Amino acid sequence: MSDQNDPMAEIRASFFIECEELMEALQDGLQELDDGSEEPETINVVFRAVHSIKGGAGAFGLEALVRFAHRYETVLDEVRNGSLQPDSEAMKLFFLAADHLSDLVRACRDETELDEATSDELLTRLDALLGEDGGSEEVEPEEFEVQGLSLALDLPDLDVDDTEANDSTLYTVRFKPEQELFATGNEPLMLLRNLCDLGEATVRCNFDDLPSLTDLAPETPYVEWIIELKTEAAEPEIRDIFEFVDGLCELEITGPQGEAAAPAPDAPAEEPPAPPEPAAEAADPAPAPEPPANVVPMGNKEPPAPETAKEPEAEKKPATPAAKSVVRVDLERIERLVNLVGELVINQAMLSQSLDEAGLSPHSDAMNGLEEFQRLTRDIQDSVMMIRAQPVKSLFQRMSRIVRESSAAVEKEVRLVTEGEATEVDKTVIERLADPLTHMIRNAVDHGLEATEKREELGKSRAGTVTLTAAHRSGRVIIEVADDGAGINRKRVQEIAANKGLISPDAQLSDSEIDNLLFLPGFSTAKQVSNLSGRGVGMDVVKTSIQSLGGRITINSEPGKGTTFSISLPLTLAVLDGMVVNVAEETLVLPLNVVVETLSLGPDDVQMLRPGNYVVRWRGGFVPLYDLGVMLGYRSHRKTDPGSIVLLIVLEDGSRAALVIDGIQDQRQVVIKGLDDSFYRAPGIAAATILGDGQIALILDPADVISGMGHIRGTDLMLSERKIANE
Amino acid sequence: MSLKVLAVDDSRTMRDMIRMALMPAGFDVHLAEDGVHGIEVLDGLEPDAIITDINMPRMDGFGFIDAVRDQAEHRATPILVLTTESAPELKMRAREAGATGWIVKPFDPAKLVKALQMVAG
Repeated sequence: MSDQNDPMAEIRASFFIECEELMEALQDGLQELDDGSEEPETINVVFRAVHSIKGGAGAFGLEALVRFAHRYETVLDEVRNGSLQPDSEAMKLFFLAADHLSDLVRACRDETELDEATSDELLTRLDALLGEDGGSEEVEPEEFEVQGLSLALDLPDLDVDDTEANDSTLYTVRFKPEQELFATGNEPLMLLRNLCDLGEATVRCNFDDLPSLTDLAPETPYVEWIIELKTEAAEPEIRDIFEFVDGLCELEITGPQGEAAAPAPDAPAEEPPAPPEPAAEAADPAPAPEPPANVVPMGNKEPPAPETAKEPEAEKKPATPAAKSVVRVDLERIERLVNLVGELVINQAMLSQSLDEAGLSPHSDAMNGLEEFQRLTRDIQDSVMMIRAQPVKSLFQRMSRIVRESSAAVEKEVRLVTEGEATEVDKTVIERLADPLTHMIRNAVDHGLEATEKREELGKSRAGTVTLTAAHRSGRVIIEVADDGAGINRKRVQEIAANKGLISPDAQLSDSEIDNLLFLPGFSTAKQVSNLSGRGVGMDVVKTSIQSLGGRITINSEPGKGTTFSISLPLTLAVLDGMVVNVAEETLVLPLNVVVETLSLGPDDVQMLRPGNYVVRWRGGFVPLYDLGVMLGYRSHRKTDPGSIVLLIVLEDGSRAALVIDGIQDQRQVVIKGLDDSFYRAPGIAAATILGDGQIALILDPADVISGMGHIRGTDLMLSERKIANE
Repeated sequence: MSLKVLAVDDSRTMRDMIRMALMPAGFDVHLAEDGVHGIEVLDGLEPDAIITDINMPRMDGFGFIDAVRDQAEHRATPILVLTTESAPELKMRAREAGATGWIVKPFDPAKLVKALQMVAG
């Protein structure tokens, strides 16, 4: 993060955060426009977003960003005032420009190289939207001024004629306010005071025009002031004082020889005031000098601007709710809090363990206190997690860009539909999901969807649809990427896998097993390497990154209808409700939310399907049975004697499995401690934790454990059940 | 006596910058996020000067200036318009609405301070 002691660095950091919010509003607004919104506030929001980015960027001297935003904004302004009706091509360009603007913001933030070529290309195309008379080169009537700024607050000495410091000059200033001057909140007294600050002044008021009391109109100014000012200041500096009232008063500034002080419009800095040039327009107040830097006087002498640039529509509709009150906190501080809560949970576990061992009565004060302590710990933990939770919307918005770019690259028409954008997920998870999701979306566009002509032949809609969904389901976050394309060509997948030696040529694989071949390292089905998703590397990488988040990815594909990839992730990366169990002298933790029932095996409950595959009778049906000890390599022989304890678990696809364990210790919250990269990834092991007694236990991912064993599912199981029943 | 200033801008960055520019110079700075919010904050505040942006949601700068001038006690309160737009007719419109002065963003903090001192003392 920024240096906390540098206020500018802090504002700069906050500017980039604001930019992200503005980019989000921009994307939303463009999408609404694209969906045909006629609401005037929509284009106003779009315009304001770009406008605010420009404003902030100017303050930090980010020239490239200002340049792009300024011209983008000019075109949006035309849309806003109704002189440009964007067609679908223009909308596409607006989206591209928004994407590029977001790139520029990021590049400025990270101080990486800016893609000026793309800026130029897009700006040329944006300018073209303004049409011939819109004036390609006249697009920038006033270049927006860029200026880095410092917060040094000692006022710069405007007197550039310091060299002649001792040469005071006598000026006569005649100043007569008009009625308008008062209507704008200007105050003659202030002007006179400012004037007096420049040097020695004699102020005289001329009442000559003052009518008798009966004729006096109370709102009409009648008086004028004549100020004799002896000052070292140059004439432009005197004029500066009257900048805001230019056109609202009569003003004459006369130099030492009784002549009007020469105007110095171009280079006031180099014009010594003492030897005035012959005045060209002695009678008129001299034209105002070039306004210094960025203070622009409100002159009414400026030529009226062309009709086209209309003033913005009044935006009085309460369309946008006032922003929620928000506190921005450094992520590091939250991380620290999360870690502390983790420690608290461990501590609480230790405390409960020692109280347990002390053999206290469950109704004792200590035990009651402990219970309260546990409840509070949980509340604190939930609240802390909520701080880290963010809606997936920003992530999904990034994906809409990926769809635009990738569909353009392979020349397919693709529509992105998003659902559940408000679903909240841990911030870290969101960040680490971006890459895998990008890859999956590209795959869906490139490999999943058919070419446009092919779709028409098949009687499908011209545009393919990619659907991105987020939802909370049974204590996990499910994110799905679905396409309505051709589905996985399983025959080809199996052929390729066989050709590459990944499976034996005569392997008998279920549909789901074939689909899962896609996740094998180095697998690629693309006949031609497209420039988009590359060589098909990726799905294995995608799987690995999802697993590193404690998540899982599954495929569901239907020929001709499309393919759905489902990512299932834990809600948080920090704490888990776990069931602590014993298996072959080891202590393991299973996520509590997958356990639906615990059983004790009866004498006839276990049946063998085929060697190595067992099922257990459960409520009139059969469920595949696995021995955790065997699966994890703790023991070689299956332990399914009557009386053995079995956990019945449910997997995300709704299928069930039974796991043999040796004993249940407890149900409790555990702090998830990641196994760092120095450990080889063992299938089925998600993470580790520290228990109350200081012992380290592994946290299992049951679905992952089972998938390593060739889980028996669906039809397979039904056939087997029939076989057993017949016997 | 420190000058009391109300600054109205929908951009958080701009509000931060105004605050950072004025507070060290001894101003008592009050902030609002748009015109409607500005009118709310103005109630009972009696600022010595007001700074406002033009492009804002809910109520823009023109509407805000109008509304401020409609209140008898603020008919003479100096209002500086602070905006990225420097098109002459926008300035004219702000002046018609009753703005006292005009400062173009990005602003130099020293200039902002100076301009405020010039209009508000």
